[in-house]
Amino acid sequence: MSIGIDVNAFRNGNSMNFNSIFDVIGPVMIGPSSSHTAGAAKIGYLSTQIFDKQITAVEFYLHGSFAKTYKGHGTDRALLAGIMRIKPDDSKLRKAFEIVQERGIEYNFYKEDLGDVHPNSVRIVLFGIDDTSEQIIGSSVGGGRILISRIGQTDVEVDGDYATLITKHFDKPGVIAKVSTILSAYGINIAFMKVFRQLRGAQASLIVQVDEILKEEILNKIQELDEIQEVKFINSLRQAGVI
Amino acid sequence: MMIKNSLDIIEICTKENVPIWEVAISYEEAQSGFSREEIVEKMGRHFSQMQKSIDTGLDLDDRKIRSKMFRDDAKKLMVYRKKNKPLSGTTISKAVAYALSVMELNCSMGRIVASPTAGSCGVLPAVIISAMETLKMKKKHGVNALFTAGMVGTIIAKNASLSGAIGGCQAEIGSASAMAAAAVVEMAGGSPQMAFDAAAIALKSVMGLICDPVAGLVEVPCAKRNGMGASNALIAADMVLAGIPSVIPFDEVVWAMNKVSQIMPSAHKETSEGGIAITPTGQRLRDEIFGED
Repeated sequence: MSIGIDVNAFRNGNSMNFNSIFDVIGPVMIGPSSSHTAGAAKIGYLSTQIFDKQITAVEFYLHGSFAKTYKGHGTDRALLAGIMRIKPDDSKLRKAFEIVQERGIEYNFYKEDLGDVHPNSVRIVLFGIDDTSEQIIGSSVGGGRILISRIGQTDVEVDGDYATLITKHFDKPGVIAKVSTILSAYGINIAFMKVFRQLRGAQASLIVQVDEILKEEILNKIQELDEIQEVKFINSLRQAGVI
Repeated sequence: MMIKNSLDIIEICTKENVPIWEVAISYEEAQSGFSREEIVEKMGRHFSQMQKSIDTGLDLDDRKIRSKMFRDDAKKLMVYRKKNKPLSGTTISKAVAYALSVMELNCSMGRIVASPTAGSCGVLPAVIISAMETLKMKKKHGVNALFTAGMVGTIIAKNASLSGAIGGCQAEIGSASAMAAAAVVEMAGGSPQMAFDAAAIALKSVMGLICDPVAGLVEVPCAKRNGMGASNALIAADMVLAGIPSVIPFDEVVWAMNKVSQIMPSAHKETSEGGIAITPTGQRLRDEIFGED
Protein backbone atom coordinates (compact mmCIF):
# COMPACT_ATOMS: atom_id res chain seq x y z
CA MET A 1 0.00 0.00 0.00
CA SER A 2 1.22 3.48 -0.69
CA ILE A 3 -0.20 6.55 0.99
CA GLY A 4 1.08 9.89 -0.26
CA ILE A 5 2.41 11.70 2.79
CA ASP A 6 4.25 15.00 2.70
CA VAL A 7 6.68 14.47 5.55
CA ASN A 8 8.09 17.97 5.19
CA ALA A 9 4.81 19.31 6.46
CA PHE A 10 5.76 17.63 9.72
CA ARG A 11 9.19 19.18 9.95
CA ASN A 12 8.19 22.82 10.16
CA GLY A 13 6.67 22.54 13.59
CA ASN A 14 8.05 23.28 17.02
CA SER A 15 8.97 19.65 17.59
CA MET A 16 11.48 18.88 14.89
CA ASN A 17 13.02 16.41 17.33
CA PHE A 18 10.03 14.16 16.90
CA ASN A 19 10.04 13.22 13.24
CA SER A 20 10.08 9.48 13.66
CA ILE A 21 7.47 7.25 15.26
CA PHE A 22 10.50 5.72 17.03
CA ASP A 23 11.21 9.02 18.77
CA VAL A 24 7.90 8.40 20.54
CA ILE A 25 8.04 4.60 20.90
CA GLY A 26 11.66 4.25 21.96
CA PRO A 27 14.50 4.28 22.49
CA VAL A 28 15.20 1.05 24.34
CA MET A 29 17.33 2.18 27.25
CA ILE A 30 18.54 1.43 30.76
CA GLY A 31 16.45 3.43 33.24
CA PRO A 32 15.54 5.41 35.12
CA SER A 33 15.81 8.68 33.21
CA SER A 34 16.23 9.50 29.53
CA SER A 35 18.00 12.75 30.42
CA HIS A 36 19.95 11.73 33.55
CA THR A 37 20.83 8.16 32.50
CA ALA A 38 20.59 7.57 28.73
CA GLY A 39 21.63 11.13 27.87
CA ALA A 40 24.55 10.97 30.31
CA ALA A 41 25.76 7.71 28.76
CA LYS A 42 25.58 9.32 25.31
CA ILE A 43 27.61 12.35 26.45
CA GLY A 44 30.28 9.98 27.77
CA TYR A 45 30.25 7.92 24.60
CA LEU A 46 30.43 10.91 22.28
CA SER A 47 33.32 12.30 24.36
CA THR A 48 35.35 9.24 23.44
CA GLN A 49 34.59 9.90 19.77
CA ILE A 50 36.08 13.36 20.29
CA PHE A 51 39.05 12.13 22.37
CA ASP A 52 39.67 8.89 20.55
CA LYS A 53 42.41 7.41 22.75
CA GLN A 54 42.83 4.74 25.36
CA ILE A 55 41.68 6.45 28.54
CA THR A 56 43.60 6.08 31.80
CA ALA A 57 41.72 8.55 33.99
CA VAL A 58 38.67 10.74 33.92
CA GLU A 59 37.21 13.56 36.00
CA PHE A 60 33.54 14.50 35.92
CA TYR A 61 32.44 17.95 37.10
CA LEU A 62 28.66 17.80 37.57
CA HIS A 63 26.51 20.90 37.25
CA GLY A 64 22.92 21.77 38.26
CA SER A 65 20.46 18.92 38.34
CA PHE A 66 23.24 16.46 37.44
CA ALA A 67 25.08 17.55 40.61
CA LYS A 68 21.95 17.38 42.76
CA THR A 69 20.48 14.04 41.72
CA TYR A 70 23.23 12.06 40.01
CA LYS A 71 23.29 9.22 42.51
CA GLY A 72 19.57 8.54 42.39
CA HIS A 73 19.50 8.52 38.59
CA GLY A 74 22.67 6.49 38.09
CA THR A 75 24.14 9.44 36.18
CA ASP A 76 27.57 8.52 37.58
CA ARG A 77 27.36 4.95 36.28
CA ALA A 78 25.98 6.15 32.95
CA LEU A 79 28.81 8.66 32.42
CA LEU A 80 31.45 6.06 33.31
CA ALA A 81 29.75 3.49 31.06
CA GLY A 82 29.75 6.03 28.25
CA ILE A 83 33.46 6.72 28.40
CA MET A 84 34.02 2.93 28.30
CA ARG A 85 31.81 2.83 25.19
CA ILE A 86 29.03 0.90 26.87
CA LYS A 87 25.82 1.87 25.09
CA PRO A 88 22.71 3.38 26.76
CA ASP A 89 20.68 0.18 26.21
CA ASP A 90 23.38 -2.23 27.47
CA SER A 91 22.62 -3.69 30.91
CA LYS A 92 26.40 -3.61 31.61
CA LEU A 93 25.77 0.10 32.30
CA ARG A 94 24.57 -0.94 35.76
CA LYS A 95 27.93 -2.52 36.53
CA ALA A 96 29.98 0.47 35.37
CA PHE A 97 31.78 0.83 38.72
CA GLU A 98 32.94 -2.80 38.63
CA ILE A 99 33.96 -2.61 34.96
CA VAL A 100 35.87 0.65 35.34
CA GLN A 101 37.85 -0.97 38.16
CA GLU A 102 38.65 -4.03 35.99
CA ARG A 103 39.88 -1.73 33.24
CA GLY A 104 42.04 0.23 35.69
CA ILE A 105 40.61 3.61 34.79
CA GLU A 106 40.86 6.16 37.61
CA TYR A 107 37.81 8.34 38.08
CA ASN A 108 36.48 11.12 40.25
CA PHE A 109 33.20 12.99 40.52
CA TYR A 110 33.03 16.62 41.62
CA LYS A 111 30.28 19.21 41.82
CA GLU A 112 30.92 22.43 39.93
CA ASP A 113 28.95 25.50 38.85
CA LEU A 114 29.54 25.69 35.11
CA GLY A 115 27.71 29.00 34.82
CA ASP A 116 25.09 29.70 32.19
CA VAL A 117 24.63 26.20 30.79
CA HIS A 118 21.73 23.72 30.67
CA PRO A 119 20.84 22.34 34.17
CA ASN A 120 21.86 18.82 33.11
CA SER A 121 25.47 19.49 32.24
CA VAL A 122 28.86 17.96 32.92
CA ARG A 123 32.45 18.97 32.27
CA ILE A 124 34.50 15.90 31.48
CA VAL A 125 38.28 15.83 31.56
CA LEU A 126 39.69 12.76 29.85
CA PHE A 127 43.30 11.65 30.24
CA GLY A 128 44.86 9.47 27.55
CA ILE A 129 47.58 6.85 27.72
CA ASP A 130 50.02 9.20 25.95
CA ASP A 131 49.76 11.86 28.69
CA THR A 132 47.40 13.99 26.61
CA SER A 133 44.07 15.23 27.91
CA GLU A 134 40.92 16.89 26.66
CA GLN A 135 38.13 18.83 28.30
CA ILE A 136 34.56 18.51 27.04
CA ILE A 137 31.35 20.17 28.24
CA GLY A 138 28.15 18.32 27.40
CA SER A 139 24.48 18.74 28.26
CA SER A 140 21.57 16.35 28.27
CA VAL A 141 18.88 18.56 26.78
CA GLY A 142 15.79 16.36 27.12
CA GLY A 143 14.42 13.03 25.96
CA GLY A 144 17.93 11.57 25.82
CA ARG A 145 19.11 14.16 23.33
CA ILE A 146 22.50 15.72 23.99
CA LEU A 147 24.66 18.67 23.03
CA ILE A 148 28.43 19.02 23.34
CA SER A 149 29.00 22.77 23.75
CA ARG A 150 32.73 22.98 24.34
CA ILE A 151 35.81 21.02 23.36
CA GLY A 152 39.01 22.27 25.01
CA GLN A 153 38.64 26.06 24.90
CA THR A 154 36.55 26.02 21.72
CA ASP A 155 32.80 26.64 21.67
CA VAL A 156 31.09 24.03 19.51
CA GLU A 157 27.67 22.53 18.87
CA VAL A 158 27.79 18.78 18.40
CA ASP A 159 24.56 16.85 18.97
CA GLY A 160 25.57 13.43 17.70
CA ASP A 161 22.74 13.38 15.16
CA TYR A 162 25.11 14.02 12.29
CA ALA A 163 28.74 13.29 11.62
CA THR A 164 30.54 16.51 12.43
CA LEU A 165 33.69 18.13 11.12
CA ILE A 166 35.31 20.70 13.42
CA THR A 167 38.17 22.95 12.40
CA LYS A 168 40.29 25.30 14.43
CA HIS A 169 41.53 28.03 12.13
CA PHE A 170 42.57 31.68 11.87
CA ASP A 171 39.62 33.97 11.21
CA LYS A 172 40.46 35.07 7.64
CA PRO A 173 38.23 35.56 4.62
CA GLY A 174 37.87 32.51 2.39
CA VAL A 175 38.51 29.69 4.87
CA ILE A 176 34.91 28.55 4.85
CA ALA A 177 34.82 28.57 1.05
CA LYS A 178 38.02 26.53 0.86
CA VAL A 179 36.73 23.87 3.24
CA SER A 180 33.37 23.60 1.50
CA THR A 181 35.12 23.38 -1.89
CA ILE A 182 37.10 20.36 -0.70
CA LEU A 183 33.94 18.73 0.68
CA SER A 184 32.02 19.31 -2.55
CA ALA A 185 34.91 17.96 -4.63
CA TYR A 186 34.45 14.66 -2.79
CA GLY A 187 30.67 14.78 -3.23
CA ILE A 188 30.04 15.35 0.49
CA ASN A 189 26.67 16.92 1.25
CA ILE A 190 26.68 19.58 3.96
CA ALA A 191 23.58 19.37 6.16
CA PHE A 192 24.33 22.27 8.52
CA MET A 193 27.22 24.65 9.04
CA LYS A 194 28.10 27.10 11.80
CA VAL A 195 31.07 29.38 12.52
CA PHE A 196 32.31 30.47 15.94
CA ARG A 197 35.03 32.98 16.70
CA GLN A 198 36.34 34.63 19.84
CA LEU A 199 37.51 37.90 18.24
CA ARG A 200 37.79 39.23 14.71
CA GLY A 201 40.97 37.97 13.08
CA ALA A 202 41.69 35.66 16.01
CA GLN A 203 41.04 31.97 16.35
CA ALA A 204 37.80 30.63 14.95
CA SER A 205 36.16 27.30 14.46
CA LEU A 206 33.91 25.90 11.80
CA ILE A 207 31.37 23.19 12.61
CA VAL A 208 30.11 21.28 9.59
CA GLN A 209 27.48 18.56 9.94
CA VAL A 210 27.54 16.12 7.06
CA ASP A 211 25.61 13.05 5.96
CA GLU A 212 28.60 10.79 5.28
CA ILE A 213 31.66 9.57 7.15
CA LEU A 214 34.67 11.60 5.96
CA LYS A 215 37.65 9.60 4.77
CA GLU A 216 41.16 10.30 6.09
CA GLU A 217 42.08 11.67 2.66
CA ILE A 218 39.49 14.45 2.88
CA LEU A 219 40.54 15.38 6.41
CA ASN A 220 44.19 15.53 5.28
CA LYS A 221 43.28 17.88 2.40
CA ILE A 222 41.55 20.21 4.85
CA GLN A 223 44.43 19.99 7.33
CA GLU A 224 46.83 21.03 4.54
CA LEU A 225 45.10 24.41 4.12
CA ASP A 226 47.38 27.21 5.43
CA GLU A 227 44.81 28.78 7.72
CA ILE A 228 43.80 25.48 9.37
CA GLN A 229 45.40 24.64 12.72
CA GLU A 230 43.45 21.55 13.56
CA VAL A 231 40.78 19.29 12.10
CA LYS A 232 38.62 16.89 14.04
CA PHE A 233 35.97 14.51 12.76
CA ILE A 234 33.31 13.05 15.04
CA ASN A 235 31.03 10.19 13.97
CA SER A 236 27.33 10.56 14.64
CA LEU A 237 25.91 8.44 17.46
CA ARG A 238 24.23 6.31 14.79
CA GLN A 239 27.51 5.79 12.94
CA ALA A 240 29.18 4.99 16.25
CA GLY A 241 26.50 2.34 16.77
CA VAL A 242 25.02 3.96 19.88
CA ILE A 243 21.46 4.43 18.62
CA MET B 1 -1.10 14.83 1.94
CA MET B 2 0.10 16.77 4.95
CA ILE B 3 -0.17 15.26 8.40
CA LYS B 4 -0.37 17.75 11.22
CA ASN B 5 -3.30 16.62 13.33
CA SER B 6 -5.84 13.87 13.87
CA LEU B 7 -8.21 15.27 11.23
CA ASP B 8 -5.55 14.71 8.57
CA ILE B 9 -5.02 11.14 9.75
CA ILE B 10 -8.73 10.36 9.92
CA GLU B 11 -9.11 11.77 6.40
CA ILE B 12 -6.39 9.46 5.05
CA CYS B 13 -7.85 6.50 6.97
CA THR B 14 -11.30 7.17 5.49
CA LYS B 15 -10.05 7.72 1.94
CA GLU B 16 -7.78 4.66 1.91
CA ASN B 17 -9.99 2.58 4.19
CA VAL B 18 -7.10 1.76 6.53
CA PRO B 19 -6.53 1.90 10.30
CA ILE B 20 -4.22 4.45 11.97
CA TRP B 21 -1.39 1.94 12.30
CA GLU B 22 -1.22 1.58 8.50
CA VAL B 23 -0.88 5.35 8.14
CA ALA B 24 1.83 5.28 10.83
CA ILE B 25 3.88 2.68 8.93
CA SER B 26 3.54 4.63 5.66
CA TYR B 27 4.47 7.84 7.45
CA GLU B 28 7.57 6.20 8.95
CA GLU B 29 8.54 4.76 5.54
CA ALA B 30 8.25 8.23 3.97
CA GLN B 31 10.17 10.08 6.68
CA SER B 32 12.93 7.53 7.39
CA GLY B 33 13.66 5.94 4.03
CA PHE B 34 13.64 2.50 5.66
CA SER B 35 11.53 -0.31 4.21
CA ARG B 36 8.22 -1.40 5.64
CA GLU B 37 9.79 -4.72 6.70
CA GLU B 38 12.61 -2.98 8.58
CA ILE B 39 10.18 -0.65 10.32
CA VAL B 40 7.78 -3.43 11.36
CA GLU B 41 10.70 -5.55 12.51
CA LYS B 42 12.07 -2.74 14.68
CA MET B 43 8.66 -2.15 16.29
CA GLY B 44 8.46 -5.91 16.86
CA ARG B 45 11.71 -5.71 18.84
CA HIS B 46 10.33 -2.82 20.89
CA PHE B 47 7.18 -4.84 21.59
CA SER B 48 9.21 -7.84 22.73
CA GLN B 49 11.29 -5.61 25.00
CA MET B 50 8.10 -4.22 26.57
CA GLN B 51 6.87 -7.73 27.28
CA LYS B 52 10.27 -8.61 28.72
CA SER B 53 10.32 -5.50 30.90
CA ILE B 54 6.99 -6.50 32.48
CA ASP B 55 8.20 -10.06 33.13
CA THR B 56 11.61 -8.99 34.45
CA GLY B 57 10.03 -6.38 36.71
CA LEU B 58 7.61 -8.92 38.21
CA ASP B 59 10.50 -11.31 38.82
CA LEU B 60 12.70 -8.68 40.48
CA ASP B 61 14.05 -9.76 43.80
CA ASP B 62 12.87 -7.31 46.45
CA ARG B 63 16.48 -6.48 47.32
CA LYS B 64 17.29 -5.65 43.70
CA ILE B 65 14.70 -2.86 43.52
CA ARG B 66 16.89 0.20 43.88
CA SER B 67 14.20 2.56 45.06
CA LYS B 68 14.53 3.91 48.59
CA MET B 69 10.86 4.79 48.52
CA PHE B 70 9.03 1.63 47.52
CA ARG B 71 9.44 -2.15 47.32
CA ASP B 72 7.78 -4.83 45.25
CA ASP B 73 4.41 -3.16 44.78
CA ALA B 74 3.79 -4.85 41.41
CA LYS B 75 4.16 -8.27 42.97
CA LYS B 76 1.83 -7.33 45.83
CA LEU B 77 -0.89 -6.35 43.39
CA MET B 78 -0.42 -9.51 41.30
CA VAL B 79 -0.78 -11.69 44.40
CA TYR B 80 -3.80 -9.71 45.63
CA ARG B 81 -5.66 -9.88 42.32
CA LYS B 82 -5.16 -13.64 42.10
CA LYS B 83 -6.35 -14.29 45.66
CA ASN B 84 -9.22 -11.81 45.67
CA LYS B 85 -11.82 -10.29 43.42
CA PRO B 86 -10.13 -7.03 42.47
CA LEU B 87 -12.58 -4.13 42.70
CA SER B 88 -11.20 -2.57 39.53
CA GLY B 89 -11.71 -5.78 37.53
CA THR B 90 -9.31 -8.32 36.11
CA THR B 91 -7.91 -6.33 33.17
CA ILE B 92 -7.33 -3.06 35.00
CA SER B 93 -5.84 -4.63 38.13
CA LYS B 94 -3.44 -6.56 35.90
CA ALA B 95 -2.59 -3.50 33.79
CA VAL B 96 -1.77 -1.51 36.92
CA ALA B 97 0.47 -4.32 38.21
CA TYR B 98 2.24 -4.41 34.82
CA ALA B 99 2.75 -0.63 34.86
CA LEU B 100 4.21 -0.78 38.39
CA SER B 101 6.42 -3.66 37.32
CA VAL B 102 7.98 -1.75 34.42
CA MET B 103 8.50 1.32 36.62
CA GLU B 104 10.15 -0.76 39.36
CA LEU B 105 12.47 -2.19 36.73
CA ASN B 106 13.15 1.30 35.40
CA CYS B 107 14.15 2.72 38.77
CA SER B 108 16.36 -0.35 39.28
CA MET B 109 18.33 0.54 36.14
CA GLY B 110 16.68 -2.20 34.11
CA ARG B 111 16.08 -2.11 30.35
CA ILE B 112 12.85 -0.41 29.26
CA VAL B 113 11.35 1.24 26.17
CA ALA B 114 10.83 4.97 26.65
CA SER B 115 7.26 5.44 25.45
CA PRO B 116 7.08 8.33 25.10
CA THR B 117 9.52 8.93 28.00
CA ALA B 118 11.30 6.84 30.63
CA GLY B 119 9.10 8.40 33.33
CA SER B 120 5.97 7.16 31.55
CA CYS B 121 7.41 3.86 30.30
CA GLY B 122 4.91 1.70 32.21
CA VAL B 123 1.66 2.84 30.61
CA LEU B 124 1.85 1.53 27.05
CA PRO B 125 3.21 -1.96 27.81
CA ALA B 126 0.66 -2.32 30.62
CA VAL B 127 -2.37 -1.26 28.60
CA ILE B 128 -1.51 -2.97 25.33
CA ILE B 129 -0.40 -6.28 26.80
CA SER B 130 -3.20 -6.59 29.36
CA ALA B 131 -5.75 -5.76 26.64
CA MET B 132 -4.15 -8.33 24.32
CA GLU B 133 -4.47 -10.98 27.01
CA THR B 134 -8.13 -10.13 27.63
CA LEU B 135 -8.97 -9.95 23.91
CA LYS B 136 -6.75 -12.98 23.11
CA MET B 137 -4.71 -11.13 20.51
CA LYS B 138 -1.41 -12.11 18.91
CA LYS B 139 1.92 -10.31 18.89
CA LYS B 140 1.26 -8.70 15.49
CA HIS B 141 -1.80 -6.97 16.94
CA GLY B 142 0.34 -5.64 19.77
CA VAL B 143 2.92 -4.36 17.28
CA ASN B 144 0.18 -2.64 15.25
CA ALA B 145 -1.13 -1.09 18.45
CA LEU B 146 2.34 0.40 19.08
CA PHE B 147 2.22 2.02 15.63
CA THR B 148 -1.20 3.52 16.43
CA ALA B 149 0.17 4.77 19.76
CA GLY B 150 3.27 6.17 18.06
CA MET B 151 1.19 8.09 15.53
CA VAL B 152 -0.96 9.62 18.28
CA GLY B 153 2.18 10.54 20.25
CA THR B 154 3.75 12.14 17.19
CA ILE B 155 0.66 14.33 16.75
CA ILE B 156 0.90 15.42 20.40
CA ALA B 157 4.64 16.13 20.04
CA LYS B 158 3.93 18.19 16.93
CA ASN B 159 1.23 20.33 18.52
CA ALA B 160 2.21 20.36 22.21
CA SER B 161 4.96 18.44 24.04
CA LEU B 162 5.76 15.03 25.52
CA SER B 163 8.18 16.35 28.11
CA GLY B 164 7.42 16.84 31.80
CA ALA B 165 9.94 19.67 31.92
CA ILE B 166 7.89 21.54 29.32
CA GLY B 167 4.32 20.45 29.97
CA GLY B 168 4.18 18.71 33.35
CA CYS B 169 2.94 15.17 33.91
CA GLN B 170 -0.05 15.67 31.60
CA ALA B 171 2.49 15.77 28.74
CA GLU B 172 4.20 12.53 29.80
CA ILE B 173 1.76 10.15 31.47
CA GLY B 174 -1.21 12.03 30.00
CA SER B 175 0.18 11.54 26.51
CA ALA B 176 1.12 7.92 27.20
CA SER B 177 -2.42 7.31 28.43
CA ALA B 178 -3.94 8.93 25.32
CA MET B 179 -1.64 6.93 23.05
CA ALA B 180 -2.52 3.70 24.83
CA ALA B 181 -6.27 4.40 24.75
CA ALA B 182 -6.22 4.95 20.99
CA ALA B 183 -4.10 1.85 20.48
CA VAL B 184 -6.42 -0.54 22.30
CA VAL B 185 -9.56 0.95 20.74
CA GLU B 186 -8.17 0.07 17.31
CA MET B 187 -7.06 -3.31 18.59
CA ALA B 188 -10.61 -3.99 19.79
CA GLY B 189 -12.02 -3.10 16.38
CA GLY B 190 -12.88 0.57 16.89
CA SER B 191 -12.58 3.11 14.05
CA PRO B 192 -9.83 5.73 13.75
CA GLN B 193 -12.34 8.37 14.91
CA MET B 194 -13.13 6.26 17.97
CA ALA B 195 -9.43 5.78 18.67
CA PHE B 196 -8.84 9.54 18.71
CA ASP B 197 -11.98 10.02 20.83
CA ALA B 198 -10.55 7.65 23.43
CA ALA B 199 -7.23 9.50 23.30
CA ALA B 200 -9.13 12.77 23.84
CA ILE B 201 -11.05 11.41 26.83
CA ALA B 202 -7.88 10.01 28.40
CA LEU B 203 -5.98 13.27 27.95
CA LYS B 204 -8.86 15.43 29.21
CA SER B 205 -8.97 13.39 32.40
CA VAL B 206 -5.43 14.33 33.38
CA MET B 207 -5.45 17.87 31.97
CA GLY B 208 -3.26 20.07 34.14
CA LEU B 209 -1.51 17.22 35.97
CA ILE B 210 1.82 18.53 37.25
CA CYS B 211 5.26 16.88 37.32
CA ASP B 212 6.42 16.90 40.96
CA PRO B 213 8.86 14.04 41.57
CA VAL B 214 10.04 13.54 45.16
CA ALA B 215 13.81 14.12 45.35
CA GLY B 216 13.79 14.61 41.58
CA LEU B 217 13.67 10.85 41.08
CA VAL B 218 11.42 8.97 38.64
CA GLU B 219 9.75 7.04 41.46
CA VAL B 220 7.20 8.91 43.62
CA PRO B 221 4.57 9.67 42.41
CA CYS B 222 5.63 8.49 38.94
CA ALA B 223 5.26 4.72 39.37
CA LYS B 224 1.71 4.80 40.74
CA ARG B 225 0.74 7.51 38.26
CA ASN B 226 1.82 5.13 35.50
CA GLY B 227 -0.64 2.65 36.99
CA MET B 228 -3.38 5.28 37.08
CA GLY B 229 -2.51 6.34 33.53
CA ALA B 230 -2.96 2.75 32.41
CA SER B 231 -6.38 2.42 34.09
CA ASN B 232 -7.41 5.81 32.68
CA ALA B 233 -6.60 4.57 29.16
CA LEU B 234 -8.58 1.34 29.53
CA ILE B 235 -11.63 3.13 30.93
CA ALA B 236 -11.53 5.75 28.14
CA ALA B 237 -11.31 2.91 25.61
CA ASP B 238 -14.31 1.11 27.11
CA MET B 239 -16.42 4.28 27.08
CA VAL B 240 -15.67 4.87 23.41
CA LEU B 241 -16.19 1.23 22.44
CA ALA B 242 -19.61 1.49 24.15
CA GLY B 243 -20.46 4.27 21.69
CA ILE B 244 -19.71 7.29 23.87
CA PRO B 245 -17.92 10.00 21.85
CA SER B 246 -15.60 12.68 23.17
CA VAL B 247 -17.48 15.99 23.20
CA ILE B 248 -14.23 17.92 22.61
CA PRO B 249 -12.25 16.67 19.57
CA PHE B 250 -8.73 15.29 20.13
CA ASP B 251 -6.91 18.13 18.32
CA GLU B 252 -8.64 20.72 20.51
CA VAL B 253 -7.73 18.79 23.66
CA VAL B 254 -4.08 18.76 22.58
CA TRP B 255 -4.32 22.50 21.87
CA ALA B 256 -5.77 23.02 25.36
CA MET B 257 -3.02 20.94 26.95
CA ASN B 258 -0.42 23.09 25.23
CA LYS B 259 -2.13 26.23 26.54
CA VAL B 260 -2.11 24.79 30.06
CA SER B 261 1.60 23.94 29.68
CA GLN B 262 2.41 27.51 28.71
CA ILE B 263 0.97 28.98 31.91
CA MET B 264 2.02 26.14 34.22
CA PRO B 265 4.56 27.48 36.74
CA SER B 266 8.06 26.05 36.48
CA ALA B 267 7.71 24.75 40.06
CA HIS B 268 5.35 22.17 38.56
CA LYS B 269 7.51 21.12 35.64
CA GLU B 270 9.92 18.42 36.88
CA THR B 271 11.86 20.85 39.09
CA SER B 272 10.68 19.23 42.36
CA GLU B 273 9.87 22.71 43.69
CA GLY B 274 6.14 22.11 44.04
CA GLY B 275 3.34 19.60 44.48
CA ILE B 276 3.98 16.46 46.48
CA ALA B 277 7.75 16.94 46.15
CA ILE B 278 7.59 19.73 48.75
CA THR B 279 5.27 18.01 51.22
CA PRO B 280 6.94 17.42 54.60
CA THR B 281 7.30 13.72 53.78
CA GLY B 282 8.56 14.45 50.28
CA GLN B 283 11.24 16.76 51.66
CA ARG B 284 12.19 14.33 54.41
CA LEU B 285 12.66 11.58 51.82
CA ARG B 286 14.77 13.89 49.68
CA ASP B 287 17.00 14.75 52.65
CA GLU B 288 17.36 11.10 53.59
CA ILE B 289 18.34 10.11 50.07
CA PHE B 290 20.64 12.98 49.13
CA GLY B 291 21.63 14.51 52.44
CA GLU B 292 20.70 17.98 53.61
CA ASP B 293 22.90 19.98 51.20
